[in-house]
Amino acid sequence: MDKLAKLGRSSLDIFSGMGAALIMLLQSIIGKPQPAKSFPLFLRQMYVVGVQSMLIIIISGMFIGMVLGLQGYTILVDFGAEQALGPMVALSLLRELGPVVTALLFAGRAGSALTAEIGLMRATEQLSSLEMMAVDPLRRVVAPRFWAGFVSMPMLALMFTAVGIIGGYWVGVQWLGVDDGAFWSVMQASVDWRADVMNGVIKSLVFAFVVTWIALYKGYTAEPTSAGISAATTSTVVTGSLAVLGLDFVLTAIMFS
Amino acid sequence: MENLVEIKDVHFYRGATPIYKGVNLRVPKGKITAVMGPSGCGKTTMLRLIGGQLKPRSGSVQFAGEEIPGLSRQRLYDVRKRMSMLFQSGALFTDMTVAENVAFPIQEHTKLSQELIDTIVKMKLQAVGLRGAGQLMPSELSGGMARRAALARAIALDPELIMYDEPFTGQDPISMGMIVKLIRSLNETLGLTSIVVSHDIHETMGIADHVVIVANMQVVAEGSPEELMNHDSALVQQFLKGEPDGPVPFHYQAPDYLDDLMARKA
Repeated sequence: MDKLAKLGRSSLDIFSGMGAALIMLLQSIIGKPQPAKSFPLFLRQMYVVGVQSMLIIIISGMFIGMVLGLQGYTILVDFGAEQALGPMVALSLLRELGPVVTALLFAGRAGSALTAEIGLMRATEQLSSLEMMAVDPLRRVVAPRFWAGFVSMPMLALMFTAVGIIGGYWVGVQWLGVDDGAFWSVMQASVDWRADVMNGVIKSLVFAFVVTWIALYKGYTAEPTSAGISAATTSTVVTGSLAVLGLDFVLTAIMFS
Repeated sequence: MENLVEIKDVHFYRGATPIYKGVNLRVPKGKITAVMGPSGCGKTTMLRLIGGQLKPRSGSVQFAGEEIPGLSRQRLYDVRKRMSMLFQSGALFTDMTVAENVAFPIQEHTKLSQELIDTIVKMKLQAVGLRGAGQLMPSELSGGMARRAALARAIALDPELIMYDEPFTGQDPISMGMIVKLIRSLNETLGLTSIVVSHDIHETMGIADHVVIVANMQVVAEGSPEELMNHDSALVQQFLKGEPDGPVPFHYQAPDYLDDLMARKA
């Protein structure tokens, strides 16, 4: 009975946490639009969240594309099918690796930074100070960061995919000698705009929504101590990554089954 | 005497822990009211109740006749434009310069031109002696300067009420003297009402017109500094004289010392 009560308590905590997170998000993004004030804040966050994440995304995309080229070639060459390297690299990146790895890297780099920043703003009473100045911290602090994460992650995923394809091309074509024309033409013939490219973008939008939301909620509700902020930052990366991997399975089942 | 803030029979709990049980407080308009008491007695909670950041379980919190806990979010924000709070940490925005921090509430709540805002910012910084530090970042300020910069921001919109949360904590004697002087002079020159939450007895009693001592979840004494110095409550005298033992015991609640030691040996 005790275990049952604990299970019930944990379930209630999880659902009330999800409800609180939803209320926080809705209060942040729903309201009278104030583009003159919010657009500069959004642009600034696009720089912090998006532009400053580009380096890690480009380098990771390059290496993952190169590994795909190398692994794909060694498998396909045994079947004399090395011309299929182009679509293999492109489809792997567009459908899965682009959105998923970008989201995982985003959770680690930008998500953790968002949590730590907002948690620290709470610990140093900056959020309370905004409230006392009659400025809603949800609209001022949370909303621009949410939109910046939501918009920038799909862009980063497309960048990751494009750089990955170039990495695969370098290894497959320039290094291992796969035919240049076959690499691109078979890729062009095999990749479908809607089924592959757009589905990848949709996945990326869903991951962007969830990861940014988790990061902001964890920061906003972090205990205002160094241990609390540390725990919230860790929780953002763990929860965000697990959510991405779980959702990836669900979305893949819906889109490609 | 007209009161700007009136708190009547407020009960407030943090979780299941009671912080206030039927507290009453009045803050006379145009005066400096000091709220004093031992650490952890809920002095900052009092300010957050007045600012509407916390809601009491029951009772009334009124600011200029407005019942704070019952206000809608929008109305509460309108009322907050008439009050401000100096936080213990200063709470300056770390990504803005001192001048941008002071300009922030004016930009948010007025449609004044940038030129006029710059002039107001210089005047506010001059009032706290930091006109030359406008372009510094908060990380470049000493603790005392940060608090003065935060004070300039707090008076940016010419509020009716300023709440100071532990303004003297962690200050060297010179900074403390500056802040004491500023609280007094701003209150007089701007016609403000001030609430100073502190346990620095000497500094606070020196500038306060009206002193309230909070302990045991209630207001235990109030009056002018002179009245309180002659108050007959043992708790008030222990607090004001800084005696280590008395109604507030030196030792945290524990079993009998000898029994405890012997039990350990056994």
